[in-house]
Amino acid sequence: MNEITKELLRSISDWSGAYEGAYNIRENGCSVGRSSSDCIKIENKSDAPGLEIRILPGTKGQSVSIPACVTAGGIDDLTYNDFYVGEDSDVLIIAGCGVHNESGEPARHNGIHRFFLGKGSRVKYVEKHIGTGSGKGIKSIDPVTEAYLEEGSTLEMDSSQIGGVDSTVRVTRVKVAAGARLLVRERILTEHEQNAHTEFEVELNGKDSGADIISRSVARDRSKQTYKSVIIGNAPCTGHSECDAIIDDGAIVDASPSLFAHHADAALIHEAAVGKIAGEQILKLRTLGLTEEEAEAKIIAGFLG
Amino acid sequence: MLSLKNISWSSPDNREILKGLDLTVGDGKLVVITGPNGSGKTTLARIIAGIEHPDSGSIFFDGRDITDLDVTERARAGISYAFQQPVRFKGITVKKLMETAAGESLSERKLCEILGTVGLCAKNYLTREVNATLSGGEIKRIELATVIARRTKLTVFDEPEAGIDLWSFKSLIEVFKNLHKDQGRTLVIISHQERILRIADEIILIDGGRVSGRGTDTAMMDKVMAQGGMKAACCKEEEYFGE
Repeated sequence: MNEITKELLRSISDWSGAYEGAYNIRENGCSVGRSSSDCIKIENKSDAPGLEIRILPGTKGQSVSIPACVTAGGIDDLTYNDFYVGEDSDVLIIAGCGVHNESGEPARHNGIHRFFLGKGSRVKYVEKHIGTGSGKGIKSIDPVTEAYLEEGSTLEMDSSQIGGVDSTVRVTRVKVAAGARLLVRERILTEHEQNAHTEFEVELNGKDSGADIISRSVARDRSKQTYKSVIIGNAPCTGHSECDAIIDDGAIVDASPSLFAHHADAALIHEAAVGKIAGEQILKLRTLGLTEEEAEAKIIAGFLG
Repeated sequence: MLSLKNISWSSPDNREILKGLDLTVGDGKLVVITGPNGSGKTTLARIIAGIEHPDSGSIFFDGRDITDLDVTERARAGISYAFQQPVRFKGITVKKLMETAAGESLSERKLCEILGTVGLCAKNYLTREVNATLSGGEIKRIELATVIARRTKLTVFDEPEAGIDLWSFKSLIEVFKNLHKDQGRTLVIISHQERILRIADEIILIDGGRVSGRGTDTAMMDKVMAQGGMKAACCKEEEYFGE
């Protein structure tokens, strides 16, 4: 594992020389460290680059980390990771990605993750993305997340892009069965000329299924963000989509949440709010002794959590 | 301690709100500024805090000319300001806001102590965001708590009683008494409330952009009460500041 990877791992996960629990570290398309546990097995996929992660039924309180790092330009890393989560498990999955580029060539990571959550299982999925390096080559991260939630299961996604990524296309598609729930917290920061496109498509297919998607983003400088969410209620269900964005002069944010109620008892809500930081917010913090710049930084840090 | 000399201020559409106002507030005093709506009270409070700057005149604080200091510099010089209409922040928790106000990390015990003074059961609030999930009354109490946490020499409250929901005025008055008597802070309170007027060391009546009376005796209270019927008579300062 090279030193850049180590630095990226510190930024995108709680790595401090080692991981607790099962893990696989991917560096420039290759595995540079792997460990399974008694209840979480990690193996190579037989039909494509990537991993199969199998979590035994009833596994509770364990974690699996599968960070991926690209540390040079000219690399286009594509990986397919499938998670099979056994019934009644309760686990933490950490899948951050860092791209570092000092060259003029583009560097990209494209992780396609599929989650199969068994009945009554619960997964917290943490995904943190970052770009570093001063090269002019574009740093891209294009994650695709597909999830299939069986009855009574819960997937909680905590996803953030904390800076430095020039281009990202983030696609999440989820099918939710009866009594299952999807909770999404997404935070994105774009600066300079960066682009971010986020897309959610959620099908609520079973009685009492639910989805709560909250996306908060900050678009600075001349960056551009697009947010699209589609919630389809095919059963008695609850769905909520919220997109809040803080925008600078010169930046662009397009938000288009959509709802499709295909059942009379589908209760669906969407909210979208885009605007500059309110002058009163800056003023309040200035009356507490912060400068205008400090106040703005505090508001953005809080907003992005 | 605080001295304003010949302060004038006009609104963006050139209506003269303050007209050569003079005011002094002694060290450790609790001064209530009252007067009809539109008389210039909120403008005066904002000028003391540095949110607005006078068109002419001077402001001295502890002997220092602070006329040209901006709002951040006034805050750092020891002036706190409690907004009449508190601000909401998506993503900033009550704990974070309180620590920003205090300028340091605060233990849970200390946070509970400060929030307790404004009638909030602190543990239920620390991790909550200062956003629309809080009621107007809760937000108002948190606003008061932020200036209490700052422990500055001078605190300006702009209509602190506005939006205080179920929390009683008696509790609010206890807060002022504590800050004033026990902590020795200087308080300038903009208020119409008789119960707040009655705890003042001095009542200052503003009308038509000038100080029209000051004192604490019965005659002064009678004068203030008589002014209560003048609310609609003056120019519309509230259009700018939401009074």
